[in-house]
Amino acid sequence: MSFKPHIRVENLNVYYGKEQALKNITVNIPDRKITAIIGPSGCGKSTLLKSFNRLLDPVDHVRISGRVFVDQEDIYDSKVDVTRIRKKMGLLSQRPYPLPMSIYDNVAYGPRLHGIRNKKTLNEIVERNLKISSIWNEVKDRLNTPASRLSIGQQQRLCLARGLAVEPEIILGDEPTSALDPKSSQRIEQRFIELKSEYTIVLVTHILRQAKRLADYVLFMYLGELVEHGSAEEIFSNPKQEMTKEYIGGTFS
Amino acid sequence: MDLRKTEEKIFKGIMICSTCCILAILLIILITILVKGLPAMRWSMITQVPKGGFYLGREGGILNAILGSLVLAGGATLMTCMISLPIVLYLNVYVRKRTWITQITRFSLDVLWGIPSIVYGAFGFTLMLYLGLRASLLGGLIAMCFLILPIMSRAMDEVVKMMPAELLEASYALGATQFETALKVVARQALPGILTAVLIAFGRGIGDAASVIFTAGFTDHIPTSLFRPVATLPLAIFFQLGTPFPEVQERAYASALILTAIIFIVCIVSRLLTRRFTRNVIR
Ligand SMILES: Nc1ncnc2c1ncn2[C@@H]1O[C@H](COP(=O)(O)OP(=O)(O)OP(=O)(O)O)[C@@H](O)[C@H]1O
Ligand SMILES: [Mg+2]
Repeated sequence: MSFKPHIRVENLNVYYGKEQALKNITVNIPDRKITAIIGPSGCGKSTLLKSFNRLLDPVDHVRISGRVFVDQEDIYDSKVDVTRIRKKMGLLSQRPYPLPMSIYDNVAYGPRLHGIRNKKTLNEIVERNLKISSIWNEVKDRLNTPASRLSIGQQQRLCLARGLAVEPEIILGDEPTSALDPKSSQRIEQRFIELKSEYTIVLVTHILRQAKRLADYVLFMYLGELVEHGSAEEIFSNPKQEMTKEYIGGTFS
Repeated sequence: MDLRKTEEKIFKGIMICSTCCILAILLIILITILVKGLPAMRWSMITQVPKGGFYLGREGGILNAILGSLVLAGGATLMTCMISLPIVLYLNVYVRKRTWITQITRFSLDVLWGIPSIVYGAFGFTLMLYLGLRASLLGGLIAMCFLILPIMSRAMDEVVKMMPAELLEASYALGATQFETALKVVARQALPGILTAVLIAFGRGIGDAASVIFTAGFTDHIPTSLFRPVATLPLAIFFQLGTPFPEVQERAYASALILTAIIFIVCIVSRLLTRRFTRNVIR
């Protein structure tokens, strides 16, 4: 499968202290597609995802070698402006973390940082993104109440809205539906399918069926190594590696 | 009865005993100063400065020490905040990782915490001699800053350290700089803990005598200048207790009562204030 890559990873190694969490990863992430990263727990999925927007930088004793290109730009270059790289990506973490402020301010946080001050513009941004994340109807009457009072599922969708509000090009989701009930996760999945026409989406997921439903491209990882990657069809119907076969067949997890 | 139930009972008993001890100590102190101090309590105590012969039992009050203590402890707390906050944000937002800088800083603060306040007084005094200052409000402020800096910093550090890494990540992921994250997310999330730290430091400062005895001096006048001596409540209590006159000693207890009341009021007001600011905190 040939495609236009949005993120290019070259020989990426990540160490936490002595332990190597990512081993020589080289892969291209396609533009405006949904890429799923699958693999057993602890294999380095979150680490790989975080390496895309340099969220590994603040971690204790971390060592990174290799290169990651986003839009042809080496993001680990020392001259790069980290905030600009991060602004390109919206991140949904494994557990939603609303910021300690109101619902409105959560969504407006990013746009305000990037210089939008006009009240009317902000209102529009907040409303539009809350609608995209299908949480608008639940919160429109209490935009000024603390985000901490929302349910976990609502917080997850609020975090999606917050991430979209900075107008990223890429959405990184670390098991974005793990805290949600089936109905809410279905809604979020639906959103991803709609969003894929405008965004490059990378999802970490433990749910194989979800990967099958959503993904165009799949990365299978095991113990820090990228075992196999390819289009979803290839990986799910005709995996080349024995290990991938076993994982997908459910022999181990 | 089986062993585990007995064990449970014993430990519960110990915990309740300890809690009661604390309450009892507080109660006994309060009762002592109330019983001994209330008879000497009158308006003039808090509205007047000492008249001539105050320490011999004549008219007057301790307004000088009340105002002096408030200005000194309040000022020192403010100054210390301006040093503590940057330290804590630097350690927990900018560095965050466990490096030798953070370890040495925390270790130093722990050591400084344990140093007796008289040493800070003596150190402050030496510093003042070097700078050519005499016992003054400024001198007192400096010495008290030294005293409460480790207390405030370490107390703040402990709460800010508890901040989940993911919360910082969430802010960074939106393109915030470390400064913006520190100011808009960390300071907000940790506000209750930060205020508690400020309170502890203020309480320690306003109640301390040894650090100000050489550095702030004492005076019968209310504080008007940074370069004049300033009176403090702990020293006022000390001097009044030191007289041979029972009625003056009673006033010492009344002064202690006033000091306790000030701390009490400051605690309550700040608790009420915190409640208004903590509605957004993520748990
Ligand atoms: N901050 C850290 N410090 C030290 N080791 C870490 C850290 N974060 C992750 N690791 C280690 O790196 C390896 C990969 O972790 P990672 O979180 O990327 O796994 P994962 O594939 O996302 O797992 P899961 O599916 O359970 O979320 C694990 O062995 C983990 O113990
Ligand atoms: Mg993970």
